[in-house]
Amino acid sequence: MRTGPAARLAAWTFVAPALAVLGIFFALPVVAALLLSLTDFDLYALADPAHLRFVALGNYLDLLRTPMFWKALGNTTYFVAVGVPLSIAVSLCAALLLNSPLARMRALFRTALFAPVVTTLVAVAVIWRYLFHTSYGLVNWALGSVGIAPIDWLGDPRWAMPTIMLFAVWKNFGYNMVIILAGLQAIPQDLYEAARLDGASRWRQFLHITLPQLGPVLLLVGVITISGYFQLFAEPYVMTRGDPLQSTVSVLYYMFEEGFKWWNLGRASAVAFLLFLIILGVTALLLRAGRRRELV
Amino acid sequence: MRSTLLALLLLLMLAACARDDGTTTIRFWAMGREAEVVPELLREFEHEHPGIRVELQQIPWTAAHEKLLTAFAADGLPDICQLGNTWIAEFAALDALEPVQGRVDASAVVDQGDYFPGIWATNLVDGALYGVPWYVDTRLLFYRKDLLADAGIDAPPRTWAEWEQAMEAIVRTGPPGRHAVLLPVNEFEPQLSFALQTGEPLLRDDDGRGDFSGPGFRKALAFYAGIFEHGWAPAVSETQISNVWDEFFRGSFAFYLSGPWNIREFRNRQPPALADAWGTMPLPGPDGPGAGIAGGTSLVLFRSSERKDAAWQLVEFLSRPDIQQRFHAMIGDLPPRRSTWDHPALADDELSRAFRDQLERVRPTPQVLEWERIAQEMRLATERVVRGGQSQDTAVTGLDARVDAILEKRRWVRDQERAE
Repeated sequence: MRTGPAARLAAWTFVAPALAVLGIFFALPVVAALLLSLTDFDLYALADPAHLRFVALGNYLDLLRTPMFWKALGNTTYFVAVGVPLSIAVSLCAALLLNSPLARMRALFRTALFAPVVTTLVAVAVIWRYLFHTSYGLVNWALGSVGIAPIDWLGDPRWAMPTIMLFAVWKNFGYNMVIILAGLQAIPQDLYEAARLDGASRWRQFLHITLPQLGPVLLLVGVITISGYFQLFAEPYVMTRGDPLQSTVSVLYYMFEEGFKWWNLGRASAVAFLLFLIILGVTALLLRAGRRRELV
Repeated sequence: MRSTLLALLLLLMLAACARDDGTTTIRFWAMGREAEVVPELLREFEHEHPGIRVELQQIPWTAAHEKLLTAFAADGLPDICQLGNTWIAEFAALDALEPVQGRVDASAVVDQGDYFPGIWATNLVDGALYGVPWYVDTRLLFYRKDLLADAGIDAPPRTWAEWEQAMEAIVRTGPPGRHAVLLPVNEFEPQLSFALQTGEPLLRDDDGRGDFSGPGFRKALAFYAGIFEHGWAPAVSETQISNVWDEFFRGSFAFYLSGPWNIREFRNRQPPALADAWGTMPLPGPDGPGAGIAGGTSLVLFRSSERKDAAWQLVEFLSRPDIQQRFHAMIGDLPPRRSTWDHPALADDELSRAFRDQLERVRPTPQVLEWERIAQEMRLATERVVRGGQSQDTAVTGLDARVDAILEKRRWVRDQERAE
């Protein structure tokens, strides 16, 4: 192929708009935030730029010595470790049910199960707060009718995070469900037919055909969900504001408080980069595990 | 047809011009409940000042601080604003607030001598005045008169020693499970009130370092922690008590340290049989009726405003004793002026009287922009003592170390300014 200067110029001209947009709206802010995380930008610096100091990795080292950061990281890890498997399991079950040849009114159920994904988070969070209210919530009322004492879902440090998990899973499972459903429909039917002829039970068919065939899809769903769940913020922000006893403070919520409550933007940027590194590390590990099993 | 349109257009333009010349529109940001009730007063203000329109924006308290700082960064601050008085130092440091001493001196309405000194002082940062108090919020004791009488106590306690005796008697004579007092551990106001009562400073070195390991705070913490050690107060946070008001009337505790908004709440929920069995009393102090915190909000003008004169007229209007009295009637906020309290509606209200009494003794907290963060650290440190079993000595030295770290930038900035 001919790659003269004219052709090269034409090529650059064509990609220039995209590059410009990426540069201005992605690369530039990221670099700016990285530089910010190396300074102690705060209210004093906002008042007078002369009060800005370069602190190199000071913010990062300081964060690693801050108990609240570790607590937030612990809360987030708890949320990811329980929420992600739960979320994918629910999505998988829903997709299997929808894909079952016995399912009736498939389109209706598919829409209904997908509906939480497209609802406004703040609006449904308000409804959930009512559902989980200690004294007049529907959930406690239902538990009460089978003789279980009321639980202070959002006020008890032990229950607040599980409630947030339930909410997040309910809100998000529809999205993964659709992806998994597409994966299920791509599995060739003759595999199942052959298995049936060999006398494999439904459970064995699931273990040895459905799961392996879904492997790449599940890996994709896992990566998306993990990186999404690490960025937990809106749910605790709307439902608990990090309470009770800071049991629902996530890393992003901590960053928000540092940045927009105390206006320590330098430290907040450092939190953002630490979280980025953590997500990068976890997803890289996951992809590596997937590669070893030849899923990607 | 075309000529009619043209005429209409001209007329519209003329109308627009007329409006531009005639009235000044000032932007007013108010927060929480105050923002919900103030429109009624604003209508009256507009009626009295035909040349001024007020554009009110209601901001929820939870979002107020972020919104104000973002507006500062984006140069979008309003002309006049209701500002929590612990935020004044912060916005003064940002150089966003207009000093108002000159306007106060020239004003026939805002009379500095009529204001409670403690609440006035919250508006002073390094000697300059940045706001006019709108309402005050101090914490004192709601108490059950009948439970005190049952325990053989005739008069409300006035000193820490008397209060300790009363608490001891209430727990000793009461049924099992009764506590003497509720001091929710998720609040910083009780500890802060006791600390202010000692009269010792909370910060030292020109507010550059914590002084929590000094004798004042140690004394306050010993008193506070003692209440829990003796089992007079339960070590719980407010969220762990499903309904504070019910528990109060059920007799789970005899004293409750809280603020003015609870007068209304208790009145609405009191069982008829207990209507006369409860009241309010000033906080006991180390040796006599003690100080209280000077919370509340102030009305401030922003430096960036181009309509400061019109905005100041609104400040004066809202500071008038008759307006403040009506404001109190609408919402229950405590007025910061003595003359407002002379109004029969306030003077004859027995439940408000204790607040009036204590307002003479309220004390401001240090005016540093890091204060809210320091108050939060102080609360966490005291919670570690009463809930985590940490020694008081470890807690105060640890607290000082954290506060010193928080104030590090302040010290550095001060040094820079001194060097210049």
